[in-house]
Amino acid sequence: MKSPCQWNETVTLPSKNDAVFRNGDYNFAYLDEQTKRMIRRALLKAVAIPGYQVPFAAREMPLPYGWGTGGIQLTAALIGPRDVLKVIDQGADDTTNAVNIRSFFERMTDVATTTLVQEATLIQTRHRIPETPLRADQILIYQVPLPDPVSRLEPRGTERANMHAFGDYGLINVKLYEDIAQHGSVAMAFDYPVIVNGRYLASPSPIPKFDNPKLHMNPALQLFGAGRERRIYAIPPFTSVRSLDFDDHPFTIQPWDESCALCGAPDSFLEEMTVDDRGNRQHICSDSDYCAQRRATQPAHVRHQEAMP
Amino acid sequence: MYVAVKGGEKAIEASRRLLEKQRRGDSRLAELSVSQIREQLRLAVARVMTEGSLYDEELAALAIKQAAGDLVEAIFLLRAYRTTLPRFGYSAPLDVGAMAVQRRISAIFKDVPGGQFLGATHDFTQRLLDFSLLADGGDTVLPAIAGGDDDAISLSPARLARVYDLLEQRGLIAQEEAPADAPDPVDLALEPLHLPAERPTRLQNLARGDEGFLLAMAYATQRGYGGNHPFTGELRFGTVSVEVSVDELDGAVIDIGDLAVTECQTINQFHSSPDHPLAFTQGYGLAFGHSERKAIAMALVDRALCSEELGETITSPAQDPEFMLLHSDNVEASGFVQHLKLPHYVDFQVEVELLRRFQANAHRADATDEIPLPVERDRDLAIQE
Amino acid sequence: MTALLSGRGLTRMFDGKNGCAQIDIDLHPGEVTCIVGESGSGKTTLLNLLSLQLRPDAGSLYYRTDDGARIDLGLASEIDRRRLMRTEWGFVRQNPRDGLLRDVSAGANISERLMANGARHYGALRDTAIDWMRKVELDHGRVDDLPRDFSGGMQQRLQIARNLVTGPRLLFMDEPTAGLDVSVQARLLDLLRTLTSQLGIAILIVTHDIGVARLLAHRLLVMRRGRIIETGLTDQVLDDPQQPYTQMLVSSVLPV
Repeated sequence: MKSPCQWNETVTLPSKNDAVFRNGDYNFAYLDEQTKRMIRRALLKAVAIPGYQVPFAAREMPLPYGWGTGGIQLTAALIGPRDVLKVIDQGADDTTNAVNIRSFFERMTDVATTTLVQEATLIQTRHRIPETPLRADQILIYQVPLPDPVSRLEPRGTERANMHAFGDYGLINVKLYEDIAQHGSVAMAFDYPVIVNGRYLASPSPIPKFDNPKLHMNPALQLFGAGRERRIYAIPPFTSVRSLDFDDHPFTIQPWDESCALCGAPDSFLEEMTVDDRGNRQHICSDSDYCAQRRATQPAHVRHQEAMP
Repeated sequence: MYVAVKGGEKAIEASRRLLEKQRRGDSRLAELSVSQIREQLRLAVARVMTEGSLYDEELAALAIKQAAGDLVEAIFLLRAYRTTLPRFGYSAPLDVGAMAVQRRISAIFKDVPGGQFLGATHDFTQRLLDFSLLADGGDTVLPAIAGGDDDAISLSPARLARVYDLLEQRGLIAQEEAPADAPDPVDLALEPLHLPAERPTRLQNLARGDEGFLLAMAYATQRGYGGNHPFTGELRFGTVSVEVSVDELDGAVIDIGDLAVTECQTINQFHSSPDHPLAFTQGYGLAFGHSERKAIAMALVDRALCSEELGETITSPAQDPEFMLLHSDNVEASGFVQHLKLPHYVDFQVEVELLRRFQANAHRADATDEIPLPVERDRDLAIQE
Repeated sequence: MTALLSGRGLTRMFDGKNGCAQIDIDLHPGEVTCIVGESGSGKTTLLNLLSLQLRPDAGSLYYRTDDGARIDLGLASEIDRRRLMRTEWGFVRQNPRDGLLRDVSAGANISERLMANGARHYGALRDTAIDWMRKVELDHGRVDDLPRDFSGGMQQRLQIARNLVTGPRLLFMDEPTAGLDVSVQARLLDLLRTLTSQLGIAILIVTHDIGVARLLAHRLLVMRRGRIIETGLTDQVLDDPQQPYTQMLVSSVLPV
């Protein structure tokens, strides 16, 4: 089992004859070693200052900006031949973008991939945190479109840099105040901003706020990559993460009245499916691996209804 | 699986095959060769090289072919390839004054020293569709003209002084000189953009910037959104040598080849400051290949972005470095705009849930005809830290 | 009397001509100071220098803190300068559009500074906002309304409330009554006079309107071409102007 720090051993420059050079024209994991080092330096800084957005020189990747280039670059800088990679999008391993990113790394590294959370050493994700609790020897890599929660309120990066530098977060709290005044509660359901380690305001990426509690004191190293915006930040293992709220309006998550129609899970994030033209709906786990593993361990007679064709 | 868009592996493979088929088009027609694109679509090649930030006509032509003529996609292909290339060093600044000029015009001096060279330009073509090009095969034969020699394409003498230098000699324009202790220019391909950005950094960004974006913003400055009052001091197109100094050879300077570039220098409204006597200001544009629209637009935008340093009032987006530099790159812009095609099921679903909750609140409020109390719904679960 | 804010030799020029030069100025607790002058006289530049929105080409700026220490603001850290600006100082803009958050309610506007300073209780913030709306004579039932639903004079009062909520010691105002109807102006001036006498804070008002100065100011500075050409107690300057330019200014306005 690999500890999150052991990627150091893959830093040694591979020679052209090493097996890590796949695909003839490209270095192991696509990025050249200099670029990987640049990203690792940014990562070290990010881990040292939890929640602080470290600028880094994102490269053009062969996937478009906005499609996970930040996460892909982090994965490329971290992955070694003995890693096991899992890629999810919207919680599922088999959505088109997850499939595409996973196949990119299969092609560029030949490392093993998996859909099982417990087998993975690196998990790259878009918009979800797995339901299965993570361990200290795992790294969760988030794809981040807009790393700065204040950018919705203040488009100027220079001004936002000042806000972060001086911990001047009045503006984002104004947004919370206004939501409560107008709607009775905070009108942010995903990408719900957090304070990391009592200091920096950060975006958890567009995960549903249902997942926010999992950020807090998580044993795994959580890394965030925003390629287009050229920022890397981190939540180190066992770090406090507080979702913004007021004393008299504490942060809450959305519950469901339903359970998963496939595995019966009462506590996972459910996707609402419209199953026919009459608008009938069904609720199913968004985390496909979690759902499949639950179903696999259930005796046949307690299984819930089977998947629809 | 229960959702069609999941289980994408097969779908992606099928989509790739279909795309390849559509790129090829009707297979009864001869396939377009990369060298044909390079020779006959030279302006498209120039744009892809400029914004792809890599001078390689063959690869640019390949990218255009692979992208089925979508130039922004071709630029993306070239950029993604470029990032994997090792970097051997930096050339000496180009000596554009020593350009082998194929075209050179000045809009401010009729009798510009060295002369005006019209060269090849669409400017004075009458924009009438030329139906003779509809005929396949058989090159158009141009009638000979008296005293003409099409092959004498490089018209310039050995060195053609730049108009800018002439103005400077007469003390009409402020030379921008880097202070002796100025750091080396940032390489934007290797370092993130930091604001405020120095002019060399801004120019790098603009050189890679989308031609359409720069064109629109430059146009806006002419129409009053960030007043510019430019004259084209000089526009020149031709080839220049690239020289590198090689450490291993005791710093010997070696000519490693030629680049075709288009350079534009605009002369803009005069200005004075405590450090500078009253003189004209300038804008600068440079692009690979024959790219006049890009070079002029870049020069106008460059000048607009100098507004703050010159103490001018910032009134328009074209004068705002943060606005311009962060939105000029079409690889970034195209990616992020089109990422909206990716699934957002989870985000949308929680938005729907939120809307339903607020609708229910509003409904309850209507029913009781009271203002809703700002409280969370009872069944919501409070999370303890 | 010990000055709260003192400028010495403040100079900032634009394009080699506009701006202000060699300004010495003292602002005292509980005193309203007006800078008058026509447009282009350098009064706004001076205001921006004093309120740390501009850095001077030359000169120094000293601030006396609560505990009596005198700090050189030119040498103060950005953290200290920002803390001052969001707690002990306020800035009321000429155009309320520039001084208000346009897309959030009156309550949120008033609460912003408190939240920036760490206030975490929605109910308490809202109560404070309502309280301040009363103090500036706004209908507190409109605490959830957006600024654009308020009239110009009400927006100005909202801006004042939003600045006073942290109990500042110094308030800067840039032409606060410009663009308002005469009757609305009068009401706003009346409110300002009441608040200043109640709160005992130092206020610096920049205006081209001598009428505003006459009504509010204890002390008057007349600027022309980037220099202070005349200064003194308001009555003294208005009743017995020494400079020909000041005489012209005083005689060219009707009494409010």
